[in-house]
Parts: sequence; C-alpha cells; structure tokens
Amino acid sequence: MPEKLIYMDNSATSPVNPEVLEAMLPYFNEEYGNASTLYTLGVEAKKAVDKARQQVAELINAEVDEITFTSGGSESDNMIIKGVALKEKQKATEENPRNHIITSTIEHPAVLETCKFLEKFGYEVTYLPVGESGIIDLEDLENAIKDSTILISIMHSNNEIGSIQPTKEIGEIAHKHDVLFHSDAVQSAGKIPVDVKDQNIDLLSISAHKINGPKGVGAVYIKKGVYLEVLIHGGGQEKGLRSGTENVPGIVGLGKAAEIAKNNLKENMEHNRQIRDELIEKVTSTIKDSYVNGSLENRLPNNVHFRFSGIEGESLILRLDKKGINGATGSACSTHDLKGSHVLAAIGIKPALSHGSLRLSIGPENNIEDVDYIVESISEVVSYLRNISPLWDNKTDTYIGDMFEKEVDEEDLDRY
Amino acid sequence: MEEYSDKVKDHYMHPRNTGVIENPSGEGTVGNPVCGDIMTIYINVDENDVLTDVKFSTFGCGAAIATSSMITEMAVGMTVDEAYQITRNDVAEELDGLPPIKLHCSNLAADALQAAIDNYRAKKDGEL
Repeated sequence: MPEKLIYMDNSATSPVNPEVLEAMLPYFNEEYGNASTLYTLGVEAKKAVDKARQQVAELINAEVDEITFTSGGSESDNMIIKGVALKEKQKATEENPRNHIITSTIEHPAVLETCKFLEKFGYEVTYLPVGESGIIDLEDLENAIKDSTILISIMHSNNEIGSIQPTKEIGEIAHKHDVLFHSDAVQSAGKIPVDVKDQNIDLLSISAHKINGPKGVGAVYIKKGVYLEVLIHGGGQEKGLRSGTENVPGIVGLGKAAEIAKNNLKENMEHNRQIRDELIEKVTSTIKDSYVNGSLENRLPNNVHFRFSGIEGESLILRLDKKGINGATGSACSTHDLKGSHVLAAIGIKPALSHGSLRLSIGPENNIEDVDYIVESISEVVSYLRNISPLWDNKTDTYIGDMFEKEVDEEDLDRY
Repeated sequence: MEEYSDKVKDHYMHPRNTGVIENPSGEGTVGNPVCGDIMTIYINVDENDVLTDVKFSTFGCGAAIATSSMITEMAVGMTVDEAYQITRNDVAEELDGLPPIKLHCSNLAADALQAAIDNYRAKKDGEL
C-alpha cells in the first residue's frame, strides 16, 4: 500500500468532519429518543432536529420551516419531482394536461431516471441540451415552456464537470411563466453560495455526505406556498411530508456539516480554487494531449475533469490507486450500466475519448503541497498506459485512435 | 465496486509481453474504442506451427489488460491449433475469475488471438 492516501473524490463522497462526528455521537446511545415522543429524551431529540433545520436553512438562506429532512440527494430529487408531478396532475383539465417537465440532458440519474419513470405514466419531459461548457441555453429553456409545463428541474452545478447553471435567470424565466423551479444542489450547497431567495429557487435538493457529513441523510427546501403530493406515508413526521422516525444522529450531522460549510465557505472556495488551478496548469502543461472537460469559467472551484487521449479511465484509476491517489472517471467501465458518461456525451466529447477521463474533486483536507506528486503520478500512469495502447503511436507520440473507430455493431452490443 | 482477483490485479499492474512485434507471423485487432476497449495481439510462429512469441497492446479497463496479458502467457509454446481453442472462459478461469459484469465486455483476448491466428493462416495460405 502507498504511504499516504490523497483522497480527491469529494464529489463522490467525503470524510465525516471530526466535529460533525462528535456532534452526532450522543444521539446514538445517550440522546437516543424518538423525536415524536413526549418525555425529556424525545424532547431533546426534537430540539436537536430543530437546531439542524435552522443550520441547513441558514446554509441556503431559507426559512427554518421550509426545510424537510430526507435520506439523501436521490430521495430529495424523487420526492420533489414526483411530488410536484402528482400534485399538478390533479389540476389537469381537458385543455391543459399539466404534465410537462423540463430538465437537462446532464442531470444526475436521480433526476433523469425519475423523469423517465414519469414518462411511463403519461408525463412529457423535455431534456434540454447543453453546449460544450455544460450550461443550458436560456432561450432554449424559455422556448420549451408551454401551457402544460409544471416544473423546471435544472441542477445547480454538475457532478461530473462542475458546470454551474445560471439559476437566478432560470428561476426568473420559470416564474415569468408561472412554473416551479427545482434545482439539485447536491454538488453546490456548501461549495459555492446557494441562496434560494436570490437565485429564485422554489425547490432544492441537498445531501450531507458531499459536505463532510454522514451518508444517508439529506434535505429538501420547499418554498412556503409550494405544495407537493406526499410519497412516503406513515406516522406523519416532518409535518406529514416525509413519514418515518427521524434519523436524529444523521440529521444532527447534516446540520453541523451545513454550519461548518457555511462558516468556512469563502476560505474553502479559495483553498479549492488554488489547488484546482494549479492542477489544471501543471497537468495540461506537462502531459501531451491532455484537456479539461467543461467550462473553465462557470465551474465549481473544487472540480477539475481531465481527458487524456488514448487511454481508458478504469485502468488509470486503478493505477493511481496504487499510488495512493483516489479520483473518478467517466469511463464506461466505471458505471453500473457500462454505457459511459452521459454528461461527456452531452458536451460533445466523442465516446472513444470520454473513456480517458479523470475527475478530481477537492475537499478541505487536500493540500496544495500534494499537487506536484499528483501531477507526476498522473503523468507516469498516462505514459505507461499510452505505451501499451494500440490507440497511441509510440514512435510519433500521437493519438491514432480515430482510425480504429467503428459504428457500434451488434457484436459490440452483444458483449454488453 | 466488485474487487478483482489477486491474479487479475497482478496482471493489470504488471502486464506481461506488452508491445509490438515488427513483421509478425500474424496479428489481430478486436474491439472498438467507442465501447472502451480494443486490443491487438501479435504472434510469431515457428516452422512447426508453434507460437514462439506473443505480444499485445490494449486500450481498456483493468480486466481488458489482464486478460490480454494472461493469454500471451497461456499461448506461448502451444501450436496454433491448440491456441485457437483457448476460450474466453479459459482465460477468465486462468485469472481465478472475473467480476460478472466484465466477463463479456472486457474479455476479448481469446477473440484477438484467434484473429491473429486467422491472419497468420491467411498469410501462410497465400491469401494475403
């Protein structure tokens, strides 16, 4: 095993901050009460949940009663999109089916798959394309709106390439047409300013484990006056919006993580940006045929997404792991369905090249002093893999993959 | 992710017989970079139809590299007829198994070796 671990996959998940863990611990075996009970133990649990609600509300500039806790980002997205869809369909008339949703092609699967699910039940979904910077066109958005449009769901920032959407303008357009605006802010909350009031957001999803909180807990913001159909029925917790005994330790952890993220937002952004920019500068200047996927401007400060011609991402990740560096790839092999990144496809990266991608997502624990080692390691691994790749001509040190590309035929499909 | 066997890990971290054979007796390429893996296998064959040297170059995941590496070790010393009989399963078994999701997609080495042998036979028969 390598001597130390450089974890740069904070957009996948992040280590629990020791202060967060400390805040959570009493709620496992000391303050273990059910927040719905009447005796002191239950009241203390309820107080802890309410405090966390305040902390989360402050992170995104919401009111405390606009926050509902969930099991994480995916549940939050499902709850909002399906909840709005079911609610609005009840208002359908013969002239207006109230069944149209607008989203983008680069959303997280929790949004895309939810939309596909709704299509099976008579909803109509428009998937807006993005340009090579990974950002939607506001004119496309406005043109897609029709009488039956009930919801616009556009992520705050992208989990793969870190592109930041113009939420404020999206919200303005949505409201001009009386349409609700949901934004999946799982990658943005605690990383860049998220302000539901200023950014005209009606519904928002967040997750704890992306901001040094625990896994299995998240929240939704539902603006006062916006109503969703309830999906999880039961004992009526969370004002009936999401039944199930509150995950008190998890919620406390999310609250604490949100508080720390808010307090440290400015300095973390600067810290992340410095590391990111140095990585970009050094990688692209030392490694031939290396590129950054997505926009350099409207980009999360903690995200960099490289592309190296002639190599495949899984083997890159496995070899970097041996050097103690953890990152992610958009390669087909890294996905459950082996299809490759839909985000890289959407920004126009050819599949043969998208396989050679590396996402490094930075967190507060990363050190700028490690950048040289990381760059050196990537450079060594990329050279090694190019050396054994038929898509790289070692004599001329150039990418020759184009000549091998074929239409995906039945034989290929048969293999999947 | 499902873990690879120690043998697969050994082969993708330390692949054997990588590289190109100049003027080989035969070579074969299978796969598609669009799908994320493609491999070329080069063979040299002596006058008794025995494989004396097998090399590969592969663009692909850990399993794709490991299966390529493995088959080069398996095939050297075999006759072309014997080597042609090596199946994808044989390669996977020799590696102490592959995760189910990788069994089909990244297990192209046997096909590449067969393509190289086809190329050798075609050359020998004067078809090329």
